[in-house]
Amino acid sequence: MNVLTQPFFQHALLAGTAIALAAGLVGYFLVLRAQIFTGDALSHVAFTGAMAALAGGYDLRLGLFAATIGVGLLLGGLGSRGRPDDVAIGSVFAWILGLGAFFLTIYTTSRSGAQGGAGTSVLFGSIFGLSTSQTQLAVLIAAAISIVLLLIARPLLFATLDEAVATARGVPVRLLGFGFLALVGATAGEATQAVGSLLLLGLLAAPAGAAIRLTDRPFHALALSAGLAVAEMWSGLLLSAEAPKLPPSFAIMATASAVYAATFLIRPRRTALPAAA
Amino acid sequence: MFLADTSSPAVSWNLLADFQQMWAYPFMVNAFRAGAIVSVVCAAVGWFMVLRRQTFAGHTLSVAAFPGASLAILLGVSTSLGYFGFCVAAALVIAALGRKGRDAGAEESAVTGTVQAFALACGYLFISLYKGLLEGPTALLFGSFLGITTGQVTLLAIVGALVLAVLAVIGRPLLFATVDPEVAAGRGVPVRLLSTVFLVLLGAATAEASQITGTLLVFALMVIPAATAQQLTSRPGRSLALAVLIGFGSCWLGLIAAYYQPYPLGFFVTTIAFTGYVLAHLGRALHEALGWSRSRGRTPLSIGGTA
Repeated sequence: MNVLTQPFFQHALLAGTAIALAAGLVGYFLVLRAQIFTGDALSHVAFTGAMAALAGGYDLRLGLFAATIGVGLLLGGLGSRGRPDDVAIGSVFAWILGLGAFFLTIYTTSRSGAQGGAGTSVLFGSIFGLSTSQTQLAVLIAAAISIVLLLIARPLLFATLDEAVATARGVPVRLLGFGFLALVGATAGEATQAVGSLLLLGLLAAPAGAAIRLTDRPFHALALSAGLAVAEMWSGLLLSAEAPKLPPSFAIMATASAVYAATFLIRPRRTALPAAA
Repeated sequence: MFLADTSSPAVSWNLLADFQQMWAYPFMVNAFRAGAIVSVVCAAVGWFMVLRRQTFAGHTLSVAAFPGASLAILLGVSTSLGYFGFCVAAALVIAALGRKGRDAGAEESAVTGTVQAFALACGYLFISLYKGLLEGPTALLFGSFLGITTGQVTLLAIVGALVLAVLAVIGRPLLFATVDPEVAAGRGVPVRLLSTVFLVLLGAATAEASQITGTLLVFALMVIPAATAQQLTSRPGRSLALAVLIGFGSCWLGLIAAYYQPYPLGFFVTTIAFTGYVLAHLGRALHEALGWSRSRGRTPLSIGGTA
C-alpha cells in the first residue's frame, strides 16, 4: 500500500510507537498502584488545558502538558490524605469539562481562521495530523518518560508492592509517588495527541490490564505491557490506513480492547494481585 | 438561522419582557419545558444515587449515552431512541454484573477504564462515519438546547413522569434499603430487585439529562444538586425537595444565560450548579467555624449501601 510511504503515516507510526511505549510502561504501574482514576481525572483536565491554551493564543501542547502535569502533582499532594469522595470529584470534573467547552467556544468564535475541528481533535486525537517537528517533540518526550520510568522502575515497584517495608529500607516512597504522577501527567499529554483526551484512559489501562492478567512476574508484565501497547498502536494505525473510514483512535482503542477481552478467554480470572517476584 | 437572532439580544433586566421575548421563539419554549422536566427528574433520581454512592454507575451510564446517540444519528432514527436504548441497556448490564465501585480491585478499574474508553471510541466512529450535517461530536458531548422538538418534549415528559411515578412507589423501601441494607433484607424488603429497578431509573434519567447538558456533563444535573442539598440539610424529605429546586434553578438560569451568550449550555449549567455547591460547602464550613454546630447533631445521611 502506498499509504504506508506517505509522510503523515510515517510520522504517526514514529510518534505512535514512542507514545505507546511510554503509555504501556506508565500504565502498568498505574494499574498496579490502583490509580486508574488519576487517568480519568487527567483526561478531563487535558481537554480544558488544551482548549484554554488555544483560546489564549498559545500552543495547544503548552496548555496540555501544563494542565496534566500540574494536576498530576496536585493529585499527588492530595493523595496522602486518602481519596476525596466520588461526589466532590465528580462535581469538580464536570465543571472543569464545562469550562473546557467554554474555552472551545471562545476559540472557535473569536479567532478568525480557527479550525472548527480543534475540539474534536483534542477529544479524540489526531495522530495522522502530526507535522515533522511535532513528531520529533512527541518522540523526545515519550523517550524521556520511558527512560525515567525505567530508571525508577525497581524502587517504584518495591514502593508499590510493599510501601511499609520500602519506607523502612530507606526508599523515598513519597518522592517516588510524586515523580510517578508527574510522569503520568506527561504521558497523558502525549497520549492526548495520539488517541485524544477522552480515550487516553483506554491506552493506559488496556495493555497494562492485559499484561497483568497474562503474567505474575512484575518485570515480565512491565515489558509485556509496553510491547502490547506498541503492537496495538501499530495494528490500529495499519487498520486505519487500510480502511480509511475507521478513525485511527477508534482502530487503536478497538485493538486494545479486543486484546484485553481476549485475555479473559485465555486465563481464568484470579482474585489476588500478582505477588512480588 | 435562529442562532443569528439569539446571540444578539441584550438583557433588559425587565424580567417579564425578557421572558416574553425569549418565549416568542417556539424552540426556546421547548427548551425551557424540556429543561424543567429533565432537571426535576434528574434531581430526584440523582438524590438517591448520591445517597446510594452510585455516582460511578451514573458516570458509566452517561458514557454509554454517547455511542447511543451517535449510532441513532448514523442509522437515521430518533436520537431519543439511542439515548434511552443504550442507557437502559447499560443499566441492565451493570445490574447484572453487580456493583463495582471505584474502589474495586486494580483489575476491575482497568476493565471499567477500558470499557468506557471503548464506548467513547465507538461513539466517535459512528460520528465520523456519518457524513451528514453535523459539526462534530461537541453538541452531543457538551449539550445544546437548539432544535428540541415538541415531540421530544412529549417523550421526555412521558418518560419523566413514568420515572417519577416508579420512584414514588419504591421511594420509601429504597431509602430503607439504602440506609441499612441488611436490616431491610431481614425485614423482607427485596433489596436486589430494588437495586435493579433503581439502576434502570438511573439509566432513563441519565438519558434525559444527556439531551440537555450533553453526555459529558450529566453530573451537573444528576449529582451536584443532590450533593448541594445534602450539604444544607440532613432531613431526607427536605433535602430531596431542595435538590429538585436547585436542579430546576440551575437548569433554567443556564438556559437564560445560554440564550444571551454564545457559549454552550452545558458550561452554564455546570458553572451555576457548581457555584451553588461551593457556596453550600463554604456556608457549612463557616457555620462550623463560628461554633454554631447544632447540638441536635447532624446525622450523616450518606451511608454506603451494600458493600
